[in-house]
Amino acid sequence: MTATTLDLSTSTLREVNGTLHAATAGSFTITHPRGAHALAAGIDAAIDVEIDGPVGYYCAGMHKTGTVLVKGNASTGLAENIMSGTVRITGNAMMSAGATGCGGLLVIEGNAGARCGISMKGVDIVVGGNVGHMSAFMGQAGNLVVLGDAAEDLGDSLYEVDIFVRGSVASLGSDCVEKEMRPEHVDTLTRLLAVADMDADPADFTRYGSARTLYNFHVDDIDAELAAGGAS
Amino acid sequence: MTDQPWNLRESYTYDRNVIAEIRRAANTGIYRIRGWGAKRELPTLDDLVFLGASMSRYPLEGYREACGTDVTIGADTSENPVQLDIPITIAGMSFGSLSANAKEALGRGASAVGTSTTTGDGGMTPEERGHSTKLVYQYLPSRYGMNPDDLRKADAIEVVVGQGAKPGGGGMLMGQKITERVAEMRTLPEGIDQRSACRHPDWTGPDDLEIKIIELREITGHRVPVYVKVGAARPYYDTALAVKAGADAVVVDGMQGGTAATQDVFIEHVGIPTIAAIPEAVRALQDLDVHRGSVKLIAAGGIRSGADVGKALALGADAVSIGTAALIAIGDNDPKYEADYNALGTSAGYWEDFQAGNDPAGITTQDPELSARLDPVIGGRRLANYLKVLSVEAQTIARACGKSHVHNLEPEDLAALTVEAAAMAKVPIAGTSWIPGQG
Repeated sequence: MTATTLDLSTSTLREVNGTLHAATAGSFTITHPRGAHALAAGIDAAIDVEIDGPVGYYCAGMHKTGTVLVKGNASTGLAENIMSGTVRITGNAMMSAGATGCGGLLVIEGNAGARCGISMKGVDIVVGGNVGHMSAFMGQAGNLVVLGDAAEDLGDSLYEVDIFVRGSVASLGSDCVEKEMRPEHVDTLTRLLAVADMDADPADFTRYGSARTLYNFHVDDIDAELAAGGAS
Repeated sequence: MTDQPWNLRESYTYDRNVIAEIRRAANTGIYRIRGWGAKRELPTLDDLVFLGASMSRYPLEGYREACGTDVTIGADTSENPVQLDIPITIAGMSFGSLSANAKEALGRGASAVGTSTTTGDGGMTPEERGHSTKLVYQYLPSRYGMNPDDLRKADAIEVVVGQGAKPGGGGMLMGQKITERVAEMRTLPEGIDQRSACRHPDWTGPDDLEIKIIELREITGHRVPVYVKVGAARPYYDTALAVKAGADAVVVDGMQGGTAATQDVFIEHVGIPTIAAIPEAVRALQDLDVHRGSVKLIAAGGIRSGADVGKALALGADAVSIGTAALIAIGDNDPKYEADYNALGTSAGYWEDFQAGNDPAGITTQDPELSARLDPVIGGRRLANYLKVLSVEAQTIARACGKSHVHNLEPEDLAALTVEAAAMAKVPIAGTSWIPGQG
């Protein structure tokens, strides 16, 4: 089926997004994106969208169900709060790619900037290159796969995200530790590399996760100990 | 008069509260976490009085003549603006911090009088949506439970930058209240002490926020208004920047604003009082020529009575928002549970441990047995009654000042009882024409 072309040099953002929101099926090619913000945000149908060129902030924000392919680079918040479906970018993504994503798959063929996967809540993110500092900060659920290197404070204040890094890690954030790569993790990583169409050997990766020491406040109670006859 | 024994003179610097807190901190090694709002004495709207009509002003008939109370938000930007029948809304409070019955009661009460209620740091529940005819969906740094389906069900979106109880701080929900349902909604492990992010994960300043608001409008098809809520700290600049970012309404929450849980040091020492915040926010709106126009101001933080409502509107707010008072209206700190409060080492009227999850009134809890104590229908009726009283009281005062709409109240209708209030509210000391700092 031939894709419908939506030309942002002759249509407004509202017209383009409105067309995508009204569609229930089909393929669309967006031309002349020229760094437009919020492009293809809020898709909620099994449609395929290809964007030929660079995009601005929040491309494919809150994406659901369909697929979005960006042929170029993306600015801040690519696929933020993605719920399901797939978003893929051939270039690099700036800060906060996949932020708070709840599900689905985000594939970044190039590098990702700072805070990739910040507060992620179930999304799977595969990055072909490197990720910037504080990636997966406060990540709650999902997987972050990095084929390159990770910058400082990886996984700071992490909850239940698994992070797989093939290259070096500049430093780990608070409560993030290296963890054993058990068979189930190898299976997960193998699956994610396959769906992301990335050529890498899972055996080359190291897994990082939460030490879970920040989950609860640590409260002393000297008086209770004394009452029980203890304390020193 | 009974003389106090000379050997029982209490230190002003180290009073009983201070001594108890030092001892508590020494025993536990953790800062005090509690709910409610600031408890220390602060400059308040009580420090202002209305100048009712007399010879030089003409009052309206108090019981007969019309005095409008309606507010419309987002008329210039939204297909479906928010239309409130009264200028009093219910502030954001999460399911999780509150029981499902409490959220339902708030929705029922607000809906009965034609106003809105607001979600909180935990997503939207079906019960809340179902019982709220006008529901504002908060967009918070944590994004707990955030999803496009609920976003599209909302009647307005409120981007929360901060709140009055803790400007600059993130939310908190203690493990006792992270039950299975709450944990699932927030994608968190059950029983953890949740400390939410204080910064949004995908924008860092007003230029970014402008783009974020465009995204939210695109996702929702430009159907509903977008508010920006800030804790009162630098209200002139925060309001101006929120307007620049494209907000339809700015919610400014003073330091008397409540919380379900945060550090006591935050509650009592961060932010500025509501009386000081409103005039500065109004000044920003006036400088941008949007005051009483395309951008509305919603003031919050310690609003308790129709007098407070009227004073906030006279200072220039378009509406107010209540949280703590709404909880009291539906049953918080009810004396009928005095024995239960006593068992917790406190008393009705003093209960502030909203974080603990063992609220005798069944409001700030996830305990099923305690939650069942609150009948959401009765709670909703109580809230509706209270909101009616606030609205009618504000109307009564507005008529006495000769105003046919509560929005016609103005600073000229006010006088201050203290130098501090005069300086903050920018109205004259009673009996004078002197406003500190203005000559």
